[in-house]
Amino acid sequence: MQKIDFSAYEYDGFFDEMFGSNSEIRPGFNVLMQKMESMSSQRMLQLQYASDRAQRSIGMTFNVYSDHQGTERILPLDLIPRIIPQEDWAHIEEGLRQRIYALNLFLNDIYGQQKILKDEIIPKDLVLNCPSYLEKCQNLDVPKDIWCHIVGTDLIRDEHGEFRVLEDNLRCPSGVSYMLENREILKRTFPDIFEKLKVRPVTDYAMHLRKTLAHLSDNPNPTIAVLTPGTYNSAYFEHSYLAQQMAVELVEGRDLVVKGDHVFMRTTKGLEQVDVIYRRIDDDFLDPLHFRKDSMLGVPGIFDVYRKGNVALANAPGNGVADDKAVYAYVPDIIKYYLDEEIILKNVDTYLCSVDDQRKFVIDNIADLVVKKTDGSGGYGMLIGPKSTKEEQDEFVKKIKENPNGYIAQPTISLSRVPTMVDGVPEGRHVDLRPYILYGEEIKIIPGALTRVALKKGSLVVNSSQGGGSKDTWVLY
Amino acid sequence: MLSRTANSIYWMSRYLERAENYARFIDVNFNLSLELAPGFPEQWKPLVITTGGWPLYDKLYDTVSKSNVVDFLALHKKNPNSIRNCIIQARENARQIRPEITKEVWEQVNALYHYITNEDLVNDLMQNEPRTLLNEIKKGCQLLYGIFDATISRNEGWNFRIAGKYLERADKTSRVLDVKYHYLLPNTKSVGSTVDLIQWGALLKSVSAYDMYRKTFGTIQTHDIVAFLLLDRQFARSVLHCLIAVQQALHDISGNRAGYSNEAERRIGRLRSLLEYRKIEEVIGEGLHEFIDDVQVNINQINDAISETFFFNEEAIH
Repeated sequence: MQKIDFSAYEYDGFFDEMFGSNSEIRPGFNVLMQKMESMSSQRMLQLQYASDRAQRSIGMTFNVYSDHQGTERILPLDLIPRIIPQEDWAHIEEGLRQRIYALNLFLNDIYGQQKILKDEIIPKDLVLNCPSYLEKCQNLDVPKDIWCHIVGTDLIRDEHGEFRVLEDNLRCPSGVSYMLENREILKRTFPDIFEKLKVRPVTDYAMHLRKTLAHLSDNPNPTIAVLTPGTYNSAYFEHSYLAQQMAVELVEGRDLVVKGDHVFMRTTKGLEQVDVIYRRIDDDFLDPLHFRKDSMLGVPGIFDVYRKGNVALANAPGNGVADDKAVYAYVPDIIKYYLDEEIILKNVDTYLCSVDDQRKFVIDNIADLVVKKTDGSGGYGMLIGPKSTKEEQDEFVKKIKENPNGYIAQPTISLSRVPTMVDGVPEGRHVDLRPYILYGEEIKIIPGALTRVALKKGSLVVNSSQGGGSKDTWVLY
Repeated sequence: MLSRTANSIYWMSRYLERAENYARFIDVNFNLSLELAPGFPEQWKPLVITTGGWPLYDKLYDTVSKSNVVDFLALHKKNPNSIRNCIIQARENARQIRPEITKEVWEQVNALYHYITNEDLVNDLMQNEPRTLLNEIKKGCQLLYGIFDATISRNEGWNFRIAGKYLERADKTSRVLDVKYHYLLPNTKSVGSTVDLIQWGALLKSVSAYDMYRKTFGTIQTHDIVAFLLLDRQFARSVLHCLIAVQQALHDISGNRAGYSNEAERRIGRLRSLLEYRKIEEVIGEGLHEFIDDVQVNINQINDAISETFFFNEEAIH
């Protein structure tokens, strides 16, 4: 039986997380390597089949928006885990804690006295004209002064192996259910590795999430609900999964109603008051009386109840102003301003098209850069210079000139690689890292993450909607 | 419990029961068709009529044949009540209520769904071993009932599930009795003949009543069969037994023990007593078809009353 063979594995030209530049195995990866080399390719394929089946059987599926209705896809789980040694993790944790703390102060300030704007640390226009800035949140008194309760920051590792922040997701970061279920599948697949290699558990995430939400209410035994757009949403599995794991209600907009100054759920025994809502619908759709009038997903009047402090929403509306891609470029200044500290987890270099000389640089070098919409996500609406045609580049130059505030650019980063099974053979594939942070009584970083992997050879796009897969992420003790 | 959740539990349960019943109906008719004397027509049309799907069938097919009917009832995508669509609906409802059910229940609902929507497998089985397919569906549903029983707390959701399941079952038993009786009875020539015995036996088998009926009555008699399927208190698929189960579930939901506290309870109580204090001679004397018709109208009204009482109720603030 043919064993899994690493002899042809290529690790040149990129930062490989398993092998150093002299092909030596990095610390922490030995046990995994031994296991892999003792297994046949065929066995690995069988395990992969069982894993895919497990995902389907628990309904871990999503609909891709452009697909016709009814096609349910799984996010392929590659069985080779990604390992993060303790000292790397300690650095990530410290950096994330600093960053989230500062961004929350930023939100309190922007929707409060706006000192950072008055002190001209960030251009006022850039913040107040940002599409995600919500004027209606101005002077809002949010419970416990916390805006970003649930965060999923996107990190990458550059060609030197340094972790950098690519995106701050302070609105509705998804994927945590994959972190949790990937671990369950891997534990069943490789119980023997877990015995030898001490991996930090992630299973208590839902308990921490529940505590984080309960913290927002003064009621000692609050009624908590997860608000989902419904079963047709691509992240519905996650919404139902989290509600089930936390043992709280899973509601849709139509289940909620505002009466007087409170929000109620429609139950079989009449109306029942709701205290905390983990909402997984965007700001725009939250309340048709205040935001998009055509929203069928939201709850008319809920924003008024929120403003009166009679219901807590997580995350707070208006957070988008702090994870906007143009504001992102100022995060090092934000940290310096509020904490008087140097940034621990660096940003990726970012060029603002709103600034004249930076825009000129972007247009002149568009073939080498990644261009992103400031309010885009999911890998949509971006240009990857080195992989684009001349026509696509011209189109983006035109868009940038028309709307310079709407675009930023970054150098094409050679994301780090991790061995990934491709037709029974391990090959290097590019990955990113999304740890999950909860901001309740304290800032809690779950020792694990969703690792997204670009399964196509050479691809740098890890989004699930664009041919990405996932890996279990093992943070070691 | 959320009204929408209760609604989804109720309908998940009804669709599962429907799928299982249809699988059994088809299977029994299939079995029967293998043993018919030469020249005796196969009775596939009554089966379609039993399910209330005749007008749609008539539009979709030119002829009544075994393969057409089985295709229509088991798999047809345009038949909202085909086994396939029932299971898809049951699973869609189960998705809605994922936080209310256990992982074990959810995985089995999903397994059924992936089985029936695996078109290559299902089409192949339909061609070559249809009874294997029907058996898998039956067993899959029954396994699910067992998992419900073993893993779900006896809470409000449980009672909505019981209400849905038994109301659906009462409806299906009454329908199969109505149609079969209608087709079997006029055939006076064959009363007591082998054909007749086989036909009545098949009716019993289609509601899994054959063994329990024989233990109770010993011989196959028309009156006894009708009495057993309509009025027996103990047989798990008799209409009366099902109604008692629905009533119990509704009382458990409201906490009310005496009389009625809502419209759903009032209607179920009324229908139950209509059957409970009726003699089979009276029923047949007045006309079985008319009686069953009345039962079905009442079942629909109970369904509507449950909806209005629990699923679309916005009154009291608790």
